[in-house]
Amino acid sequence: MTEGRDSKKKRTGSGKASRRRFISDTAKMGCGVLLAGLGLGAYTRKTSALPVQALRPPGALPENDFLGACIRCGLCVRDCPFDTLKLATLNDDVVIGTPYFTARDIPCEMCDDVPCVAACPTGALDPAITDIDDSRMGLAVLIDEETCLNFQGLRCDVCYRQCPLIEKAITLELRHNQRSGMHTMFIPTVHSDACTGCGKCEQVCVLPEAAIKVLPIAVAKGMSADHYRWGWEEKQEAGGSLVTPDPKHQYNLPEGVDYDLQGEGLIPKKQSIPEPFPEDPLKSLNQGSGDGL
Amino acid sequence: MSKSRIEVIDNRSWWLQNRWLLLRRTTQISILALFLLGPLAGIWIIKGNLNSSLTLDFLPLTDPFVLLQSWLADHQFGTTAAIGALIVAAFYFLIGGRAYCGWVCPVNIVTDTAYWARRRLGLRGNTKLHRHTRYWLLAASLLLSAITGYVAWEWINPVSILHRGIIFGMGSGWFLILGIFLFDLAVSKRGWCSHLCPMGAFYSLLGSHSTIRIRADNRDACDKCMDCFEVCPEPLVISPALFGKKDGIGPVINEINCTNCGRCIDVCSKEVFHFGTRFDNKDPISPEKAGDGNLTRLNPDQFEHKEATT
Repeated sequence: MTEGRDSKKKRTGSGKASRRRFISDTAKMGCGVLLAGLGLGAYTRKTSALPVQALRPPGALPENDFLGACIRCGLCVRDCPFDTLKLATLNDDVVIGTPYFTARDIPCEMCDDVPCVAACPTGALDPAITDIDDSRMGLAVLIDEETCLNFQGLRCDVCYRQCPLIEKAITLELRHNQRSGMHTMFIPTVHSDACTGCGKCEQVCVLPEAAIKVLPIAVAKGMSADHYRWGWEEKQEAGGSLVTPDPKHQYNLPEGVDYDLQGEGLIPKKQSIPEPFPEDPLKSLNQGSGDGL
Repeated sequence: MSKSRIEVIDNRSWWLQNRWLLLRRTTQISILALFLLGPLAGIWIIKGNLNSSLTLDFLPLTDPFVLLQSWLADHQFGTTAAIGALIVAAFYFLIGGRAYCGWVCPVNIVTDTAYWARRRLGLRGNTKLHRHTRYWLLAASLLLSAITGYVAWEWINPVSILHRGIIFGMGSGWFLILGIFLFDLAVSKRGWCSHLCPMGAFYSLLGSHSTIRIRADNRDACDKCMDCFEVCPEPLVISPALFGKKDGIGPVINEINCTNCGRCIDVCSKEVFHFGTRFDNKDPISPEKAGDGNLTRLNPDQFEHKEATT
């Protein structure tokens, strides 16, 4: 009997103990999960920066949105006919499982039907991109004028020739060759309104390290202030100057003298030069007396 | 543990003793093989990975857990992904949510192997984790997705890292998988799949009302050899159905954490268990004679204790 009572007592006691244990267990679990959550949050933040030379597929949303939209299924990788895209592993600096490409290795070949975008089930690659020319994977920048052969006055032109949007995304701008003094330099010039950032130019650059590189647009582009207006454009649009013209410049020169801007200095006006020997000698005499002598 | 146990005499054929385990492994490996056929042999039946795939260029399948995170991260996902997720969700809603864990997930092979090795090596080290931790981790990963705007759990999800890695290239992802193996082997018994994985927790909730269930209809034959508890990845789920008769609990294993792995069917020499449906969950003998209503549950700590002392 007493034993039974004891055991009953014990059981109620252990009930209390188990409640206490339950609370401490729950607290431990809560703290552990909180810690894990904070760690994971910090880890996602820390690792979410995209390396400068890693390019997202065409139509990829802005990086922060992309990381909330891409579910890392690799369907874009599978439908890329040129094996351009790959999924990042833990070894890469790109967020694990997300698709990217390196232009210098295999650039985007700009398929007309944009199969990677069509394959994306979530819209992380924007389905609105139906024309590959509208995509902006980055922006090519001729980043090193010191090694670019065209900048030395040579005619390499390979980036220009290979550009899928030749004469739109890259043009050759003529410039006087100061070194030789007699030749023209053909400067490859990228135009951001056409360049898709496919990376073809970077891939084909003949140098051991490319002088032209595709960079993220945010890195490559400056931004003009909203309130800036180009006077010459405004003038053309308005059909005339929009500001009051400067008053005609007045020189305070002695009378009868002009000023020559080409270095001659003061030039007496021709009319005011007295004729040394007028036909009528009497006239000069009269003139002299007119000067108040 | 297994050494000290009295060997149960089982006269059933080898096939019957291993049927569900073999079917399960076959399914898991076949699914992986189907995904690998494309990149290895150029036969594209399924493209993608478990997060989202396209079968025969027609059928989209998307993991609803990853899509839920993406939605919480404030992304308006496309219709293909939505349809795929609906199909997958409907499937597991019917079949049993954690059938995903038992029959599809590649990490299951890793952790089952760890548990097998743990028993063979007689490793006892066991940092006890609460079995609800996974639900808190599930909540944390969803909350984190909403806060950061990223698909948060994907940063470390070993399920997708392993599956994607096998198909697309693993890199140093093997270290993570090795870590999970060692964790389950030496640190915590059934630590990852049965305590921590929020993906499993998600599928548990998804299949909470699933149709396909394991039933202990023949529970009167149970001789309490405890073999089923020994092999079950979620031993808590068995006891109500197996021992609950006197409390009027039906023979259906209705716990959401059951992975429908069927290993209990394999090991039971008395053929207590079989696959069935959740319906007709009445005690065939005497529902009127139900007990005082106290659930008969085996305390999990009892097992841990037992294991430690034997």
